[in-house]
Order: sequence, then structure tokens, then C-alpha cells
Amino acid sequence: MSAVTYQSTWRRVLAPTGNTGDAVFRVLMLLVALLMVGIVVAMVVALAADSMFSIRQFGFGFLTSQRWDPIKGEFGALPFVYGTVASSLIALLISVPFSLGIAIFLVEQAPRYIARPVGFLVELLAAIPSVVYGLWGIFVLAPVLRQYVEPALAKWFGWLPLFRGSITGIGLLTGGIILAIMVTPIISAVVRDVLAAVPGSQREAALALGATKWEMIRVVLVNGAPGIAGAVILGLGRALGETMAVTMVIGNRPQISPSLFEPSYTIASAIANEFTEATGDLYLSSLVELGLILFLVTFIVNGIARLLVWNVTRRTGGVGRAA
Amino acid sequence: MAKNVDYDYIRRANSAFMTTLTGLCTLIAVGALAVILFYIAWQGIGSLNFRFLVDTPRPVGEGGGIGNAIVGSLVLLLISSAFGLPLGICVGVYLSEIGRGRFGGAVRFIVDTLTGIPSIVTGVFVYAILVLPMKHFSALAGGAALALIMIPIVARTTEEMLKLVPHSLREGALALGAPQWRVTLGVVIPAAAPGIATGAMLAIARVSGETAPLLFTAFGSRFFPSSLNEPIASLTVQIYNYAISPYDEWHAQAWAATLVLMTLVLGINIIVRFLTRKKF
Amino acid sequence: MPVQTAAPKIEVRASAPAPVPGKAKVSVRELNFFYGRVQALHDISLDIPERIVMAFIGPSGCGKSTFLRTLNRMNDVIPGTRVGGQVSIDGHDIYAPGTDVVELRRRVGMVFQKSNPFPKSIFDNVAYGLRINKITSSSSELADRVEQALKDAALWNEVKDRLKSSALSLSGGQQQRLCIARALAIRPEVLLMDEPASALDPIATSKIEELIFELKAQYTIVIVTHNMQQAARVSDTTAFFLLGKLIEVNSTEKMFTAPNEKLTEDYITGRFG
Repeated sequence: MSAVTYQSTWRRVLAPTGNTGDAVFRVLMLLVALLMVGIVVAMVVALAADSMFSIRQFGFGFLTSQRWDPIKGEFGALPFVYGTVASSLIALLISVPFSLGIAIFLVEQAPRYIARPVGFLVELLAAIPSVVYGLWGIFVLAPVLRQYVEPALAKWFGWLPLFRGSITGIGLLTGGIILAIMVTPIISAVVRDVLAAVPGSQREAALALGATKWEMIRVVLVNGAPGIAGAVILGLGRALGETMAVTMVIGNRPQISPSLFEPSYTIASAIANEFTEATGDLYLSSLVELGLILFLVTFIVNGIARLLVWNVTRRTGGVGRAA
Repeated sequence: MAKNVDYDYIRRANSAFMTTLTGLCTLIAVGALAVILFYIAWQGIGSLNFRFLVDTPRPVGEGGGIGNAIVGSLVLLLISSAFGLPLGICVGVYLSEIGRGRFGGAVRFIVDTLTGIPSIVTGVFVYAILVLPMKHFSALAGGAALALIMIPIVARTTEEMLKLVPHSLREGALALGAPQWRVTLGVVIPAAAPGIATGAMLAIARVSGETAPLLFTAFGSRFFPSSLNEPIASLTVQIYNYAISPYDEWHAQAWAATLVLMTLVLGINIIVRFLTRKKF
Repeated sequence: MPVQTAAPKIEVRASAPAPVPGKAKVSVRELNFFYGRVQALHDISLDIPERIVMAFIGPSGCGKSTFLRTLNRMNDVIPGTRVGGQVSIDGHDIYAPGTDVVELRRRVGMVFQKSNPFPKSIFDNVAYGLRINKITSSSSELADRVEQALKDAALWNEVKDRLKSSALSLSGGQQQRLCIARALAIRPEVLLMDEPASALDPIATSKIEELIFELKAQYTIVIVTHNMQQAARVSDTTAFFLLGKLIEVNSTEKMFTAPNEKLTEDYITGRFG
């Protein structure tokens, strides 16, 4: 057996076991890890660099300007920010109650032999590609909204500025509804995990005090509150970045209107639609700047969500969805 | 003690009402799934025939098919898997077996960030670093974009599967004098292999449905692919283009193409679910 | 209907003294309990008089906790369980179809082995049962009831200045007394305690034991314990269980000095268990 020899610092870091094979292995893995860091750094740098032109041209006014005029060379992000935020908020307003209901049903009420297959079916909603949702949205959802739902809303609530405007079936409301369907499986899956992690002793404590089933469920919800908040914010993060389905049903008109029926435009849709047709460096640079804004916003939102739900991970990586 | 009978009744009625409501929510969600899948099957089956599956797109009125799109999607999947799977697994191995302390935490944070990046932003990035210098769209660029999406997904599932391997297995091998790299490659990874494989399958299913990042990397084409350095068609982009066109015939083809795509995506998901069901 | 059970090593003959009809708060007749196909309780018959402390003792796995939980139907939350026989409280069979389980659990309170306070303030924990049952009609009445419950649980002096702080900031022993206060607040008629001190240090344990001694003036208390000395200190009557059968019920004094059954004597003197 060879004697234990003194090793230089480098060798100690790279191969704490003193074995060359280990050192090689660790170096390789380290390089791959560094590659990841490099990619993210490259992303930020590339996005920032290519938006420099537009940033220098418009400065902060980019965020507050409503004008998007490729011909005149005037670009402003406000309509897209509005469309992105509004469609995501509508999506959450619709989706969160449903997601909570689904998670509660599957964890607290359904017997095991129902909860597992039904839970799988709900998760399948997340596997449907975004473009398929868009297709379904154009040819099924939009006509239904145009013929039945929006006229009814206009008739009953038309006094609200939300429900005035021309009824085409394509617009902010349609975008919000499609987003809601797409985001529900994600939120409900995380809430399911959160609720399942609440210890049974909490449920028993409530029941032993004479609580009804729903009262016991409320105790469970209180226990899971931070995780539920994280799930909602995670859903928000996904909704903000959704591209194809929204592009196909939101109308793609850069305008800010209080009406839900009117067409709108999100950041992701704008990039998807206009990128390949962008003529001129300023146009392209503005689109890249929109991409940079989207990157930063989703980065922050996802970071917050992770802080709240950092312990809850899906077992098989979950059924992710394509955009 | 006096008991408020009326309030008690309200409590129980409330409980019954709310619990029914949750069941209703679930029913609506499953119903939505059923409606969507039904529509795809119903609308798509009409245009589905052999010619459709092997032909290239033709102008309106002349039929045509998605043969090149199917091939294109497969090519893109191959390229992205060739890069994405090994890199993703390596990152997963790093996070699980090696990365400790602050640097490991930083890498994990980076990987988590990558999972949250909207795929269109990934597309813009690949455009900037591949398409612009090369001055044309290409299958390589499309594959690169898809690989970037695949890597963090595969990394996360790999890490989780590796973490599930019991420590006693590692320690048993180490105690026999095996170096760490041997233990990882020869004992831990094979033990986690089924889980890693299913994670890879799910990542492939997810990536096969991506559209946005391909719009300005692979771009699209009306021909069968002849080189990786050229634009290439894909099922998803083709569906998009047909869907937003004004022609009914192309709408019908969009549904049929969707049926093909959904068969692939759902098929993989159901197989994975079947493979990962608990056996007891 | 014959049911397969694990083959007992000792031939056991149930011979508890025949229950005397009359003033029993809780009356159990030929109770059988199954977890799926496994029978956990065999033909238990027992009377629990009012305002006493009865201890259930026996080696681990003998069914004493399971039996305790049948008294407020907590086993209902475990899927696959089945009950045969009768459990009557004040003459009404609680397993009769149509029984209001929510009301039952309000009248029969339970304290668990590991304290389980809600992630709320101390005040809100104790007030929980009062609020959901709308027992009080004004907030001052609510505050009074909470204060009384905390006093009954010997916790008031320690927490009276921080009622709004989180219950989770209390020590283990304090949390358990909080759970007792929470259970007492709704004034149950019977209090079931499942090894309430087993997770606590000796000082906290003796505080709980003192508490039980004082509570027995007002409540009927059933306590499961694996600690025979605790049973001897605290209870008036003791029931000894073995392998899901009730072996003997006797006054505590007699049980620990001159028990009727040989099996009881063997257990008491430490020959097994």
C-alpha cells in the first residue's frame, strides 16, 4: 500500500479521494456544470447586447410608451406588458379556484382508486402542446364564446366597461380562458403535493374537536398556505411565458382597452409573430428587448415561487408542457 | 349546554356543498380533457390517410401531406436528444453526486432558472448565437434550441432518481475499494436507470410539442430535409401555419397533423405512467 | 364468522367481570374490530362509569389504542376498517346507522400521543372548537371560555401574556397542555387520552399527571398508557388488554396488588411485555 503523500491544493479539490479516475470524472462533471452557468450568462449577455440599440434609443420610455409602429420606427412595450399581465391575471382568477377544488378533491375526498387515475388525467392536460390548445381555441372555444358566452356577458354585465366592445370570439378573454386551462394542471399538481404533505395529525386534531369534513379541510389549507401561494405564483410564471396558444386566440393587436372582448397582444406573441418579419435593426432590437423584459420578469416570478415551494418536487419531473 | 341546532345544520350543509363543489371542479377538468381529445380525434380522422402521412405540403386544393414535417420533427428530436440527454444526465449526476456547498447550490439555482425560461426566449437566444452568424435557419439551430429546453428537465429528473438510490448501495461499493467514479457509473446510475429513462422519455414528449423556439431557428420547409444546415419542417410549426391560414382544407390538415402529434405525445405519457405505476 | 388472526402464543381466556347494568357512562358490548382482514379486537365488553379515570394497559400492539379510538369513531378515517358489536354512550349506540359522528366527537374529546396544535396562535387553537360549534355568542364570552380552558389545563399562567403568539413556539410539554386545553374548551363529557405523556420529559409528565388527577372531578377520563407506574399513580380503575382481548378490569389498587388473572399478574410483575 502506497504511503499517503502530500498533495497540492488543486489536486485536493479536484480529487479528494486521491484517485486519478475520480479526478477526471469530477473535472468532466464540473465542466458540464460550468457549461450550464455559461449558457445562462450567455443568454443574459446576448439578450442585453442585442437590445442595446433599442435601449439606447428609447430608454425607460420603452416601458411606458403605447406606440408600436414599425413603419415610423417607434416602439413601446406598454401594450404588450398590459396584454401579458392582463391575460395572466384572468387565467389565474379562473384557474386558482378550480385548481384548489381539484387538489382538495383528489387528496381529501376521493378514495385511492379514483384519485390516482383521475389525477393522471388532470396531469395529461399539461402534456397537450400549446399549439394544439391554440388550434382548439380557434375552432372550438372562440366560436362558443362568440355565439353564446360573450353575448350573454354583454347582455347581463354590459354596463361594465369590461364587457363592451365588438364580439368576435378572439380577444383578451379567450386568451385568458385558454391560459387558465393550460395552467390549472400545474397549479393543482403542486397544491396536491402540498396538501398531501400536511401531517395526518392535523386532520385528526380537527376531527376530534367535532369539525365537519369541510372545516377539517380548512385546517389543512391553513397548514399548506405558503405552498399554495407558491403554486399560484408558479402558475403565474408559466402563464407569462406562454406563446403559441395565446398567439392564436388573442388577436394580436397592440392596444390597451378595458374591454375583455377586444383583441390584445402579449410579449411572447409579439416576438413569435413579428420576429421573422422584422426589418431593420431597431425593429429587431425592440423585439429582443421585449424578450429581455420577459426573461427578467419570469426569472423574478419563478424565483419567488421557488422560495415558497422549494421543498416540493414532482417525482418523475412531472408532465411538462410545450409552448 | 344549549345547542344551536339551526347553525349546526348550516355547518353540515355547507360542508356537503363545498365537498360537492370540489368534485364538480374535478369533473369539469376531466371533461375539458375529454372534449379536447374528442375534437382532435373527430376532426383529425377525416383527413388521415397514408398519402397524408408521406406526402409533402401542396398548394391549396391539391391535397398534400405532412410527411416532411414528421421526418423533420424526428430529425429535430434526434439532434436535440443527442445533445440534450447526455448533457442533462451529466448535470443531474453532478447535482446529485458531486455538487456540494455553495457552488453546487449555485448550479442548482442556474438549472432551476433554465427550467423557467419561456421557450420563445430560448429561441431568440439561439437565433442570436447560431442563426445570425450562420446567416440562415437550420435544423442544427432548431435542435440546439430544443436541447436547451431538454437539458434542465432531464437534469432535474436524473438528480431526483439518483437521490432515491439508497446510500447503503454506494457505501457497500465504496467499502470494497471502488473509486467514486466507478461507484457512480457502475452502481448508482444503473440502479437509477429506469427512472432516468422515464425522465428522458417525458422530456422527449415535452420537447416534441414545442413550437415557439422553432419559429426562428428551424423555421420550416416544404421539402424533405436534405441537410442539417438548412431550414427544416416540423409537425408543430406546420400545424401552426395551417391553423392560422384562411383555407378550410388546411384547417382539416392541421387537425389531422394534431392527431398524429397527440398520438405520439400521449402515447409516451401513458407508457411512462404504465411503467412507473406502483406494483403493490 | 371465523376470521384468521395471528396464532396466539398463549391460550387466552377472556374473563373480565361481567358488566353491571346501570350507571355506566360508556358501555361496550362484544366489540370486534378489523383492519381489513386482520382482527384487532375480540369480543370486548366493558363499562366505564362516570367521573373516574380508567387506564388501559398492556404490551404494545395489544389493541388498547385501537379500542380507545373506537370510542369516538376516530378509526372511521382509516380506510378498510370494520366494527362489530355495540358501543353505547349514555345508552345510545354510537355505531348505529344515522349517528351524528360530528356531534359525537364534540362530546367525546381526544388528546393524542404527539401534540398536534394548529399552526395558529395559542388563543385561536383553544378557541377553534368553540368557534366551529358556535358555542359562545360574543367575543368576551369566547375569551372567558378560552381563559377557563387554559386554567383547567394548568397553562394559563405561562401563556396569559402571549395569547396571540404562535402555538408552535411553546415547548413540547406546553404544547400538549395546549392540546388538552383545546379539547377541554368545548366541555366534552368524556376525555380520551392516548399516551398523552409518552413524548414528554419527566417534569412535563408529572404536570400532566397532576392535571388528570384534578380533571377527574368533572370529566370521565380514559387514558391509554404503556407505563404501569403511571397507571397506578393516576387511575381509579384499570383494564388490561392482551392480543386484542380484554383480560381483566379491576380497581387500580386491586389490579396492582392482587389481580384476579394469572396473565395480569405475569404482566404486572414483568414476566412478559
